[in-house]
Amino acid sequence: MPPKIQIISILICIFLVAYVFELVRRKHLSEEYSMGWLVTGTSMLALSVSEGLLKWVSELVGATLFTSTLFFFGLLFLMVICLHFSIRISALTNQVRKLTQSIGILDLEKKTLESQIRQPTWQSDSSNMEQL
Amino acid sequence: MKTLSYQVPQSSLKQTVILENDEFKTTFIKGPLKGHPKTLIIIPAYNEEKNIGAVLETIQKKVPGIPILVINDGSSDNTESVARSHGANVISLPYNSGYGVALQTGFIFAARKNYAIVIQMDSDGQHDPKNVKDLIEEVQKDKVDVVIGSRFLESGSYKSSFARRAGIIIFGKIASIFCGQKVTDPTSGFQALKGRAIHFAASDHYPPDYPDADFIILMHRHGLRVKEIPVIMHASPDKESMHHGHKTIYYIFKMFLSIFVTVLRSVSKR
Repeated sequence: MPPKIQIISILICIFLVAYVFELVRRKHLSEEYSMGWLVTGTSMLALSVSEGLLKWVSELVGATLFTSTLFFFGLLFLMVICLHFSIRISALTNQVRKLTQSIGILDLEKKTLESQIRQPTWQSDSSNMEQL
Repeated sequence: MKTLSYQVPQSSLKQTVILENDEFKTTFIKGPLKGHPKTLIIIPAYNEEKNIGAVLETIQKKVPGIPILVINDGSSDNTESVARSHGANVISLPYNSGYGVALQTGFIFAARKNYAIVIQMDSDGQHDPKNVKDLIEEVQKDKVDVVIGSRFLESGSYKSSFARRAGIIIFGKIASIFCGQKVTDPTSGFQALKGRAIHFAASDHYPPDYPDADFIILMHRHGLRVKEIPVIMHASPDKESMHHGHKTIYYIFKMFLSIFVTVLRSVSKR
């Protein structure tokens, strides 16, 4: 692998891992979502640093250029991360939908109870009102 | 097929005792007519201040005494106040969530309050309220859980674009194959549901964007019995159908995928 691309690759990976750690430290990124990025960063770092490992993996997947191995795995990790996000977004959409529906129903029930309390027939029933 | 006799849940009796207030009785508890089961009409509405008033008036004229629940789907106009002023209960969703979500909110409400029969209608005046009685009568019969009002069983005045008609025919045919019975109008939003079907629609099984042929197949697979009856539907000229424009392609894709996975999913018939 040309040394230039190797150095760039190593630097990017180190920056990515360090930045993800920093984001988690500042609580801008939750541990759950940092996993994918840290795995991606460290594996790409390992591939960039160790030429032997890169060679072995390249032969394994049948890549003729070492750099294409790096691109291949970089893309693969990104795809996995994106799919993970799609799954999470679907779950979140579902949760928001349920919340929306509950809020709507609770609001109607609240309004109905309020109008009940305001009714004079209820106000005259002082024993119940005092308990509230 | 398994036959199920519908029973009113015990807890509904409890509620009538707790909620002694008059308003609660009329809005939530009382049935439409004496000796009739507790019925609710649910109408999802999005920016329908022009039509909703007339729709509610006609319903109250044709089938008086049935409580109406309008689900205001985050409208930016006065849909909520117009519906309230016409004597309907209104659930307002905090933002626009889509037809299916609004509709399911109504089913969840009905399931929680133990309604025996739920009628779903559109807010644009497309559905003729004089068919509500037919739907209620039909759904009360044995061996029926869901009654769908079809605009194609009778030669009505309904006119629609070729694409829309083609879509309805294709998905109707697919639904007919999987249900083993004729389904002519799977997109119809004019339906009556009873007992277990209401709880089913309120569950996580419900397709939240727009229930269509896929939901009919799903209900059939879960042992709910679906029946179609002819109804009158008017074209709504001032409103764009939800299956128009760029959404059409997504709709077709979504429906095929949804039907495909619905058929693949394993079913636990209770």
